[in-house]
Amino acid sequence: MKTAEEIFNLLKEKFGDSTIELKSDKPVEPFIIVNPLEVDKICSFLKDEKELLFDSIMNLSGVDDSNGTKEKDDKGLETIKGGTLSVYYHLESTKLKHKITLKTSTDREKPEVVTVTEIWKGADWHEREAYDMYGIIFLNHPDLRRILMPYDWEFGYPLRKDYKNPEFYQGMKVPY
Amino acid sequence: MGLLDQEFTEGNIVIAKTEDLFNWARLSSLWQVGFGLACCAIEMMATSASHYDFDRFGVIPRPSPRQSDVIIISGTVTLKMAIRVKRLYEQMPDPKYVISMGSCANCGGPYWEHGYHVLKGVDRVIPVDVYVPGCPPRPEALLEGLLKLQEKIRNESIVKPIRSGFVGKSA
Repeated sequence: MKTAEEIFNLLKEKFGDSTIELKSDKPVEPFIIVNPLEVDKICSFLKDEKELLFDSIMNLSGVDDSNGTKEKDDKGLETIKGGTLSVYYHLESTKLKHKITLKTSTDREKPEVVTVTEIWKGADWHEREAYDMYGIIFLNHPDLRRILMPYDWEFGYPLRKDYKNPEFYQGMKVPY
Repeated sequence: MGLLDQEFTEGNIVIAKTEDLFNWARLSSLWQVGFGLACCAIEMMATSASHYDFDRFGVIPRPSPRQSDVIIISGTVTLKMAIRVKRLYEQMPDPKYVISMGSCANCGGPYWEHGYHVLKGVDRVIPVDVYVPGCPPRPEALLEGLLKLQEKIRNESIVKPIRSGFVGKSA
């Protein structure tokens, strides 16, 4: 069993400190910030390294950080330009009984994160959900389709902070 | 032994209006589409189970809309599902009836404002005969809804409706 700090030090030894950072501000659980284009490498190390053995991904979720510049149009509806979208990974080792959280932030205008489906099969649908709700593109994902919204939904990504619902979908009125 | 068993001294003819006979037959064997959408479906299943026993009113879940008379919209109708619900309804043979069960199917329920994926009332895609309020409605409420539907069917007419101005075919 290892603490977040020990896990972080192992990662730093392997990858250098250019791409990773440990945040351990209380009261939030400590988490490690990683580069979106190196997630796959870091994750396969976390899974295969004898002292870590993170064999399970408990959750993978998207977040709209909503930290860009906000513009209001004439109807008072907000649009966000720039800033970041994030993905959080909650990993657990069922053998060594330790856990860690990873965070990766990507550009809101071109949100690209490397997939971890080849490391944990369970990440497949989680990544599809993050794509469906936030529009985060998971590079090298085998089947990146919408999972909850209809396949022909062309009105954007509903959990983004500046999402606007359409008036009609397939002839059905959407607002109340 | 049936209701009319040994009630008559002779003969075996019962005289009734066709209308009454049709309505009686229709309302006594409302076969429902075996389909549920959300938590309301759990209450619907409880209504079908032995304690509340939907079957005593002739309600039997059918595995195909082609064999069904009534569709109970039991739960949240998402926009994605609304298209399928409409298709199911269209596949049912006439005469067909719709019971909208619970707040979601009635008007969107708790999703009325921020439910980007929810149809605000199933009556936006198919015509509804009976609305059952509740979140979810208790089995008693669904039974009451069914009794209301039966009452509605009992008063139906096979005669062409009288429109204002003339009766029957116009000259």
